[in-house]
Amino acid sequence: MMTRGTADVVETSEAPAELGRLSRFPVRRVVQWVVGVGVLLLAAYGTYETIQLGRFSGAAWRDLLVFGVAQGAIYALIALGYTMVYGILNMINFAHGEVFMAGAFASYFVARTLQNSGFLQSNPVVSIAILMVVAMAGSVGVAVLLERVAYRRLRKAPRLVPLITAIGASLFLQNTAKGFFGPQTRGYPTPDVLGGTWTVLGIPILRTQVIVIVGAILAMVGLIMFVARTRTGKSMRAVAEDKEIASLMGIDVDRVVVTTFAIGGMLAGIAAVLFTMVFQVVGPFMGFIPGIKAFTAAVLGGIGSIAGAALGGLILGLLEAVGPSLFLTGLGVKGPNQLKDVIAFSILVLVLIFRPGGLLGSDEAEKV
Amino acid sequence: MSKWAWKLLAVLAVLSLVAAACSNNNESTGGGGASGGGNQPDCNADPFGCVTYGPGEPIRVGTLLAISGDVATLGVDSEHGVELAIDYLDGNFDGKAGQILGHDVQLQNEDDLCSKEGGQQGGTKLASDPTILFVVGTSCSSSAFGVADKILGDKGIILVSPSNTAAGLTAESTHNPFYLRTAQNDAIQGRVVADFVYNKLGFTKAATIHDESPYAAGLTDGFGTFFEQLGGTITDAEAIQSTDTDFKPLLTSIAQSEPQLIYAPDFNPACALLAKQMLDIPDLKGVPYMGSDGCAASTFFDQAGDAANGTYMSFPLPSPGGTTSALLDTYNKAYKDQFGNPTAAFNTNAFDAFNVVAEAIKQVGVEGSDGTLTISRTALKDAVFQVKDYAGLTGTLTCISTGDCQSLAAVNIGVFQLPDIPIEGGNQDAKPIFNETITLSDALGS
Repeated sequence: MMTRGTADVVETSEAPAELGRLSRFPVRRVVQWVVGVGVLLLAAYGTYETIQLGRFSGAAWRDLLVFGVAQGAIYALIALGYTMVYGILNMINFAHGEVFMAGAFASYFVARTLQNSGFLQSNPVVSIAILMVVAMAGSVGVAVLLERVAYRRLRKAPRLVPLITAIGASLFLQNTAKGFFGPQTRGYPTPDVLGGTWTVLGIPILRTQVIVIVGAILAMVGLIMFVARTRTGKSMRAVAEDKEIASLMGIDVDRVVVTTFAIGGMLAGIAAVLFTMVFQVVGPFMGFIPGIKAFTAAVLGGIGSIAGAALGGLILGLLEAVGPSLFLTGLGVKGPNQLKDVIAFSILVLVLIFRPGGLLGSDEAEKV
Repeated sequence: MSKWAWKLLAVLAVLSLVAAACSNNNESTGGGGASGGGNQPDCNADPFGCVTYGPGEPIRVGTLLAISGDVATLGVDSEHGVELAIDYLDGNFDGKAGQILGHDVQLQNEDDLCSKEGGQQGGTKLASDPTILFVVGTSCSSSAFGVADKILGDKGIILVSPSNTAAGLTAESTHNPFYLRTAQNDAIQGRVVADFVYNKLGFTKAATIHDESPYAAGLTDGFGTFFEQLGGTITDAEAIQSTDTDFKPLLTSIAQSEPQLIYAPDFNPACALLAKQMLDIPDLKGVPYMGSDGCAASTFFDQAGDAANGTYMSFPLPSPGGTTSALLDTYNKAYKDQFGNPTAAFNTNAFDAFNVVAEAIKQVGVEGSDGTLTISRTALKDAVFQVKDYAGLTGTLTCISTGDCQSLAAVNIGVFQLPDIPIEGGNQDAKPIFNETITLSDALGS
């Protein structure tokens, strides 16, 4: 009887059990895995073929890596601004790219003056220090103004509202700069001593890139120390955790938010000077693409996480520099470098499929 | 101020904007109708109708040039060429505008943004205005190709470009019947550059970079074809996005196949950044950068700095000799007096572009006894395509059925080595280090 009964139960529950197993392993998940594994296999095959081709010398790979790290360092510095504001206010400050542009323009006019007086060439170190300060002041000014004028009133509004406002602010700042300074891209004077290379650990690296990498590391270490060690840093973390409780604890939330924007602006200012030293151009729309890339880096690393922004920037920079040559040359793709964004964003999609919160972010899906 | 007052103010502001917008559109063609002139064109037979300007009304001409953004140096420069052409309608450059058949010329300047989107927007705006007789533009081939040429052509409005060079625009199969240009066809320039690199510099390996625009891709393709015909090798044919700033990884990759020259005709800042970053790649030591007329602008010097020196650029030169030269000298002087040094190389083409059509208007425009001017669009088009041996600044121009208006005898393309180049920032009296005259039929025939 018992066996029969069990058999009966098994018999009747057979179909639902099948369904249960299916729902535990849904089609969506299968597709994700297939896509993920497929892309990885393709990349691995491309890499293998590229190395078989032997087109690139060891020195070339090394150069590509260095370029990637330097580009990634700039992305990381801008990404920190996105990630910090997100951490505190849960909003994406899409105008951050323009904060970066404002710093570059502010320092451009000083750089021109220094160049004309000959001071830039005779005292490069002092000049760069001055340019850094001016750029930071310009970026901080715009960032703080942005917060005060555009975002503060909307702090309690639905999340979509400040997002749209940020996009509006971004366009406003771009076109203001265009109106004031003209639409064209201008050459940015840099000290001649920055030309050529320095040999670091036996590797010849462009001087500008050494400065970019060192500068970015210093700025990030400074930021992490600030957030971890200082009183203001502590209150920032408290506000990020819970604004209301933090204000009950006697923390001036407005002040903390302004500080956050100011620090984000400061880092963008540093990034602006480093960027102009490498590329030697400024223009009203220069902030847009780096801004988008840095935002991507922040999402890749896990938005809201400082270490994540740094990691995301680095990975994005490396993927852009090394990716096309490494993955695509072997596959016989024509003009692989044009596809660098495709590679970077494919990796972003892959990461988000498997870790919706980003590499170092909290592992929960968020709708931005 | 109270809330009510604010609201009122806002409503008033909006209303005034609407009013302003409307008043602009209401400028009617006036006059209209037959005015009793003996040989009125048959406007009903013309599928695109006629344009009629009342007595004292100006002839309305559109420009669709890149007047903002990074390529503004090109578009604004061409706009100056058109302004000088209007100035010269009375036979001298005196800063006083001349007339065509007793009517002033009024410009409406639109922006082609050097992109498809700009061609679409500006083209649509001009095409929707029935008083626009013809349009000088676009600056960039991408704005015209399949976009502005079609939008304006569908309305029977002639589009005549001073600086589109992409071969497809005047290719038999893709040419729009209302499109013309006074810039030279890229088939010619690509060939001259290939000849220069292979025969003059003696290089057999070159890499090319373009940004997927019809202009740059057309030039690199043409160059590649001829270079390989001559016996050279294209080591890499790469592409970039013109908004990128970091080209070092790309250049490192190109350097692996050891080209002797990199040909990257584009626009600034991409040209300048490429030229500059080539110096940062150890494997590209001594490899020169070669750009084209799109790069040859004052911004190149500003953005590339010292890296500009030693690079090569090619662009069309006015054909030497004859009455043209004397006119060219007075033109150049007038340009300098009114606008300073040219910032790009196509203002003479813009001058010619305007005049080719102005010439045709003089032939087909019908003046009524009361001072009206009626022009049949199809007749005007046919007349422009009939222009023959017109003595312009860029040579003796003849328009052929596919829209190329240039010297049939030969087109003169020069190659300059910077900083010796006659644009702002370089040396105004510079002579080309290489030049070659080719006829269009030769370039297309091979």
